[in-house]
Amino acid sequence: MNQQISPLKKTFLYAFLFIGVIISVFPFYWMFVGATNPSGEIFKVPPNFLPGNYGWENFKNLNENIGIIRVMGNSLFITLTFTAISAIVCTAAGYAFAKFQFKGRNAIFFMLLVAIMIPYHVTLIPLFEIFGSVGWLNTFQAVILPQVAYPFAIFLMRQNMQSIPDSLLEAARVDGAGEFHIFFRIVLPVMRPALAAVAIFLFMFQWNNFIWPLVVLQSQEMYTLPVALSSLVGMSRIDYGQVMMGTTLSTLPIMIFFLLLQKQFISGILGGSVKE
Amino acid sequence: MSQPNAEQMANANHEPNKQPSKKPGPSNQKTKSRKKWITPKTVPYLFILPAVTFFLIFTVYPVISSLLLSFQTRAGSGYEFVGLDNYIRLFQDTLFYKALGNTFLILLIQVPIQLFLAVVIAVALNSQLVKMKSFFRIAFFMPAITALVASSIIFMIILDENYGLANYVLSLFGIEAIAWLSDPFWAKVALMAAITWRWTGYNMVIFLAGLQNIPGSLYEAAEMDGAGKVRQFFYITVPQLKPIFLFTFVLSTIGTLQLFDEPYILTQGGPNNATLTITLYLYQNGFRYFDFGYASAIAYVLVLIIGVLSWAQMKWAGEDK
Repeated sequence: MNQQISPLKKTFLYAFLFIGVIISVFPFYWMFVGATNPSGEIFKVPPNFLPGNYGWENFKNLNENIGIIRVMGNSLFITLTFTAISAIVCTAAGYAFAKFQFKGRNAIFFMLLVAIMIPYHVTLIPLFEIFGSVGWLNTFQAVILPQVAYPFAIFLMRQNMQSIPDSLLEAARVDGAGEFHIFFRIVLPVMRPALAAVAIFLFMFQWNNFIWPLVVLQSQEMYTLPVALSSLVGMSRIDYGQVMMGTTLSTLPIMIFFLLLQKQFISGILGGSVKE
Repeated sequence: MSQPNAEQMANANHEPNKQPSKKPGPSNQKTKSRKKWITPKTVPYLFILPAVTFFLIFTVYPVISSLLLSFQTRAGSGYEFVGLDNYIRLFQDTLFYKALGNTFLILLIQVPIQLFLAVVIAVALNSQLVKMKSFFRIAFFMPAITALVASSIIFMIILDENYGLANYVLSLFGIEAIAWLSDPFWAKVALMAAITWRWTGYNMVIFLAGLQNIPGSLYEAAEMDGAGKVRQFFYITVPQLKPIFLFTFVLSTIGTLQLFDEPYILTQGGPNNATLTITLYLYQNGFRYFDFGYASAIAYVLVLIIGVLSWAQMKWAGEDK
């Protein structure tokens, strides 16, 4: 089948792919160059194309300017707490929808499906009023709580749970295992790959979440990374070395994580829509 | 939630020993009463209870409340029912039309370009000629892991009018500097470029998975019938990928209709509202002017648009089945 492939064709194919790779990856390199040089360097003519040794200075200035250490801590706390709560809540619901017959099951599940279609911007104003009325504006729980029941995550867990054989659950019940025991000790371990994908999906959603934290967080010491970065860009005099350091800090942890676990990551970010 | 779980597990473990002894001790009593309401009949409700509670408070209630709010306007410290006034105002609001127009322009131009690029790259990567597939896949997927805010900032810096890298590269070819972010036309181009960069690899991976699921026997049969590569692409690959096209098209459409982070960072909707999007306009009305009623009306028009488009797309998909 391959005998008449010309070398020209092959060269063309590789050239096309490599140009694509450069376009995909170069901005990351540029970000790194900007983060490790003083503000002017990437704006010189011709620009400085090499990483410098000004990274630590940029980091210190950035910390003085917007408290980047605190901001990263905020993002990490919010994201991890959210991911843990949401993963367990969505998994439990997905299990019930997949493995039990109960009154109202289809109606409730249909409602969740409809909610996937509803843009989350519709809820911004009422959420702002709810959290305002209980005095929770500018708090971490205001960022964490609204999306805990993430319909898409419930949907994915239900899809995955359907592969658990009923006989396994029945056998456990005959042995006298309680329902919660079955869930935590039998179902969750079996579901580990799906759980990892959904957890990565939820983690990425919250780590990158922007509009709601932008609305609800009002003081700098509460900001998450995306909100702090946007405030940095909004300042009248922008120090681009600091800005690039900030974007690097928001991207680097995820990138390392991604390179280590790329298969789970890809299926996680795609919401499990692609089986690896 | 962990508390009852631990107890329940303990109960489950002791159960076989307790059942035959039938001692009417207090602990046994407790187990009995717990057993009464944790049965395979009630337990699914316990499992969905947390999700449903969160969903009712933070999704269902806000969605309804937002609808009611769209018929009200702020009067003094409270709200006043004004009927369809917000919607009437919306349909006379040239800025809203501009936001609508910009959003749909991006939808009609950027989404096809992005999906086309994604398919082409996926097909190229799927070719037997290409080695290092997983390297390419990681490289192309990389943009999809960045925060939209971060990717928008990088583009803002590369596209800087006076000193940005993009204009420097153009100058090497003798091309004059382009006002990427301050010219209404180029600002739209810049926005679409940033979105395309961020999402092409994401869609490419979905297409790649779809391609790998097409049975090779189809191509072998076509080969024997003397069909060339181009014909194979249009008569086998495209039809086989149709569900994936639909999936990515629906995802991209919903995503574009909710476009916010990129224009907020790159252009703040400017210049002269050339990159104002529906959700950016919603945000401005809601949280800059605190006109909650009006912003809610904008939100509901968005819901309506997404609802109609999703319905149309699904109907279009359903017709073939």
